[in-house]
Amino acid sequence: MNPHRRRQSIFTTDHRTIGLQYLILALISVVIGTLLSLLMRIHLVWPDWSLPLHGPILPEDYLALVTIHGTIMLFFVLTTAPQSGFGNLILPAQIGARHMAFPRLNAASFWLTAIALLVLLSSTFAPGGSAISGWTAYPPLSAVASAGPGQALGMDLWLASIALFSIASTISAINTLVTIISLRCEGMTWDRLPLTVWGWFTAALLSIIAFSVLLAALLLLFCDRHVGTSFFLPTGNLVNGILHTKGNGSPLLWLHLFWFFGHPEVYIAILPGMGLTSMLLANFSHRRVFAYRTMIATTLLIGFLGILLWGHHMFVAGLNPFASSAFSISTMAIALPASAKVLSWIATTWRSRPQYTTAMLFSLGFVSLFITGGLTGPILAQPILDEYLHNTFFVVAHFHLIMAMAGVFALFAATYYWFPLMTAHRGKPARLMSEPLGRLHFWLTLLGAYATFLPMHLAGLAGQPRHYAQLTGIPGPGGSLSPAGHLLATTIPLNRLITYAAIFLAAAQIIFFINLVRSLRHGDVAPTNPWQATTLEWHPFLHPNAGPQASDVVITVHHTPCLYICSPSGDTFVPQWENKITVDLPAESKPE
Amino acid sequence: MPPTITPLNTEREKKRRIEDHDSGHGRRPPTDKRTGGGGDNDNWNDRPQGRRGPRENLGRARLAIFFALAGDLMFFVAIVSAFFVSQSSGRYNAYNQYINEWLPTVIPPILWLNTAILLLSSVTVEIARRHMFRENDVMDEWLGLGKPITRSAIPWVSATTVLGLLFLAGQWIGWSQLAAEHVFFRSNPSSHFFFLITYTHAIHLFLGITALTVTLVGLYKSRQLETRQILVDCTAWYWHAMGLFWIFLFALLVFFQ
Amino acid sequence: MSPIFHTAAVLSLPWWLPSNASVHGATLDRHLLLNLWIILALLTLAHLLLIVGLLRRRTTELKDLWRIEYLPLAILALLFALLTVKAESLWAASRYTGADPAALQIEVTGVQFAWYFRYPGTDATFGVTKPQLVAPGEGNPLGIDPTDPHSADDFITSELVLPANREVDLHLRAQDVIHGFSIPEMRLKQNAVPGHTIHVHFTPTTPGTYAVLCTQLCGLGHYRMNATVRVLSPAEFAQWLATKQKAAQP
Ligand code: HEA
Ligand code: HEA
Ligand code: CUA
Ligand SMILES: [Cu+2]
Repeated sequence: MNPHRRRQSIFTTDHRTIGLQYLILALISVVIGTLLSLLMRIHLVWPDWSLPLHGPILPEDYLALVTIHGTIMLFFVLTTAPQSGFGNLILPAQIGARHMAFPRLNAASFWLTAIALLVLLSSTFAPGGSAISGWTAYPPLSAVASAGPGQALGMDLWLASIALFSIASTISAINTLVTIISLRCEGMTWDRLPLTVWGWFTAALLSIIAFSVLLAALLLLFCDRHVGTSFFLPTGNLVNGILHTKGNGSPLLWLHLFWFFGHPEVYIAILPGMGLTSMLLANFSHRRVFAYRTMIATTLLIGFLGILLWGHHMFVAGLNPFASSAFSISTMAIALPASAKVLSWIATTWRSRPQYTTAMLFSLGFVSLFITGGLTGPILAQPILDEYLHNTFFVVAHFHLIMAMAGVFALFAATYYWFPLMTAHRGKPARLMSEPLGRLHFWLTLLGAYATFLPMHLAGLAGQPRHYAQLTGIPGPGGSLSPAGHLLATTIPLNRLITYAAIFLAAAQIIFFINLVRSLRHGDVAPTNPWQATTLEWHPFLHPNAGPQASDVVITVHHTPCLYICSPSGDTFVPQWENKITVDLPAESKPE
Repeated sequence: MPPTITPLNTEREKKRRIEDHDSGHGRRPPTDKRTGGGGDNDNWNDRPQGRRGPRENLGRARLAIFFALAGDLMFFVAIVSAFFVSQSSGRYNAYNQYINEWLPTVIPPILWLNTAILLLSSVTVEIARRHMFRENDVMDEWLGLGKPITRSAIPWVSATTVLGLLFLAGQWIGWSQLAAEHVFFRSNPSSHFFFLITYTHAIHLFLGITALTVTLVGLYKSRQLETRQILVDCTAWYWHAMGLFWIFLFALLVFFQ
Repeated sequence: MSPIFHTAAVLSLPWWLPSNASVHGATLDRHLLLNLWIILALLTLAHLLLIVGLLRRRTTELKDLWRIEYLPLAILALLFALLTVKAESLWAASRYTGADPAALQIEVTGVQFAWYFRYPGTDATFGVTKPQLVAPGEGNPLGIDPTDPHSADDFITSELVLPANREVDLHLRAQDVIHGFSIPEMRLKQNAVPGHTIHVHFTPTTPGTYAVLCTQLCGLGHYRMNATVRVLSPAEFAQWLATKQKAAQP
């Protein structure tokens, strides 16, 4: 097939286009997910506000909102955009390759992902609505159709969607791994790989391990639902008059299988962001990444430990207390590689007087949010404390700061940083996003993020549980006057604050979209290497618009990335592809 | 791996275009005769990607298959761990008696036969795979003397396909025998796993057979030696893996219930 | 020191931990407070380092791996290790061992969407339950088997009534889906899982009424699946128990 006709169709196998398609998919998802989260927030504080065209939001609607919000954001935004979106767009160039290892597989996995998203969204129109069992889908709630509205067809669609998504991610993970292993250009040794690539690499390894297990778990759940098996259903399980009379299944089996996937999944979501942050901090502070080898090691270590601590989600879920202690220790252990990264980030920027581009600002924001969100991790990792905090908004605050906000900040940094490489496409000029708008967007988003998710810690400490459709009008004995009603009612002012902040935060994103749309057409045209970057994606001959003859040029790498040299004779930087070193290096600052 | 000698330098300098499928055959001898040893100015012990000789794409495809199989392994590992969990989990009934509903599923004897068949098919597919890399035939093809490789490989590939189908048929008989004794998927914890494991493995084998048929078509159609090598090689590795998985799963079902 | 922090925090903040009414809660609170202060310190320290580093004028890059990377890591490792040890010891104290035999036995059953509390009655043993017999309409929500002699004197309440300062041994069960049994004021949380009976034990101290919440998503009524704990003085409790048992006697 000739490359030209291939380009025309949207079923392209060109990795850049596929990357963009992934990003567009993620963008659509994030908009939907955000709107859902706002509905949740509004309903929490104004329960009797009724949604136009829908009417009042019923408890099951709220749970469906939470479930779809979590599923969309975690799978279709934070697994898709960093790993597959920017992975396809940037990864090949960063290792000096001109294409992914398996272009057709690549396209296949994108379209699988797209179908998965459609299936998930279609569940809204299923009788009974979408699934209401959260993104963790604990059985029997998720295994028995009579357990609640949305647990019939809605749940099946959820299962189908996630199964498709798992297959798609596994395929694209394989593609990523093979590309990184076998398509690196000459001189691109393992310790010269940019940390972003290391992030993608580790995340891909985790994906292969984790998603296969999830697929198995989904299969078992499907059998329980439709074949009459009892993997997760114990004998005598009675749900709304449906009695399960045989078998020795246990819901805990699902918890183990799911969290064996679930925890690696959250690291899949953040590892590329960590890598990107390291690179951008070094790039804009014109420094080498502090302790490069250690950063590679910690990336792999985080990946490895990430497989061993799924039990920290189950301390009070029926896990044997001794196992809890073991998982607690392994979880505390992972705080160390993470801290090592934080230290390296701080050390890289230390007294560097960086150049505050929007991308840099968002990377700094990532560091801040990662610290704030991460530090609550070790608290949750202590079973005795988790006994109080489990399934409270303290947890919600934890993972929104470190996953949602930090992850999204990495996405923003990537978007502002690589925008020229997104727009420079099929001969269109490379454009930059507007910096002033970007800075405004950054400060508002940072403010909004903290204003939204810091108070959640207090709500959690006050005891507000997750997945509560209402905080007032609890029809329990005594209503709001009952101790329970009272306990929940006290958090309402706090929640009102959170809701206002969330609306503010979401509104701030409008600036981003304006900037995006505007810059696509009218952004300033960017030079080939606008950020004085050292990594290969800015190589003149790997540039999207490099022209056909460029594909003949042999790319060779000579240095570690981020080789920024500040010497008496002035600061210089040596791109990875530069052969000559312009200034003679002081002995100790020789490239590793 | 074929014997190896260091390449001519002229070849290393040669430009390569991505668009035309210059992956070793046609342009230069299709057998890799180069040491893995390196020593270019950048002391990086490897050749520039795109010019690592005829085995390059093959190597990639293999790598992909191996990663895929690693994931598949995790899939089965998950199921097997579930197997052990639910086997060891009983409960106390109302009268505080400990009961474990797990009653082992009898293995239909025919499964032993199937296992033998599957092992045999692994042999045949391996022979087919070896045929793809026979030096002389490869050279003949390169010199344009017909498709000796296809000729020698097709019988073995088809044999594998037939054996695979036999295996599936055998499994089906096994299932129907159990059905005759009223043992079904839903019957009992152990039968859950018996059927789950045999079904999922059968589905994998079905995929394998599809791959084999694709390979056969490829052997007829494709004129590119490398494409055919990749097809047969990867299918073979997949097939071997399925054989291996089956050995473990079968052992699990026979000895560990 | 931390008790002072605690009271200070409770007074200063409108939203804070609800007051604690259990024995192990006090140590838990102290440990939680300690943790919060530590991460607050680390948080400010890290941000200070970040900001100061950004503000001061440019110098050549840092090189000293040991001083900047490994030493702080060692300190953090030590810190996290100490916290872990403390936490595990507290956890072990509250969970490794079962309740002592003298503890008050109560069975807690979670059903969409209510909590049922069953007291064993005078014979101190629970009658058998059978899911087939479950009939909330006929006042038998737990499916107690009337043919079992032990079940005659069992009685079920919708509110958990406890004596102060006596250990309680809860048998957590769930009929349909996973529920989360939680009493914030007792610093107690444990899921009730269908097919399992999970034991937790604790000792309430201060008489009063407290909230029981469901903290595991269990369906559309999750948010309203709550109950009340009433902690009485031992004397009042004995009286209450006597009346209940008299009522239960056939
Ligand atoms: C990536 C993950 C992610 C993100 C971004 C968010 C964003 C938000 N989330 Fe969510 N949330 C989850 C993941 C996420 N969440 C998960 C996993 C759960 C648990 C579900 C469950 O329990 O089953 C949850 C649950 C959850 C709850 C708990 C509900 C409950 O248990 O009762 C609440 C309540 O306030 C909430 C609120 C919000 C709010 C206000 C935002 C706001 O931040 C929204 C504002 C949005 C943005 C700031 C993002 C804008 C980003 C872009 C525009 C980037 C686009 C760029 C590219 C794609 C290149 N979320
Ligand atoms: C990107 C996603 C992400 C990341 C990176 C993390 C990181 C961590 N998480 Fe989190 N977690 C989630 C996403 C994530 N988590 C989600 C989604 C859930 C909820 C799932 C659900 O129930 O729906 C969750 C829930 C969760 C729980 C279960 C809570 C509960 O349900 O009761 C626990 C418990 O141990 C935990 C622990 C940790 C720990 C120890 C880390 C560690 O990796 C954190 C390491 C970071 C640090 C320790 C900070 C380092 C900085 C410093 C130490 C400062 C350095 C100091 C100086 C320089 C002076 N997480
Ligand atoms: Cu019961 Cu939530
Ligand atoms: Cu986790």
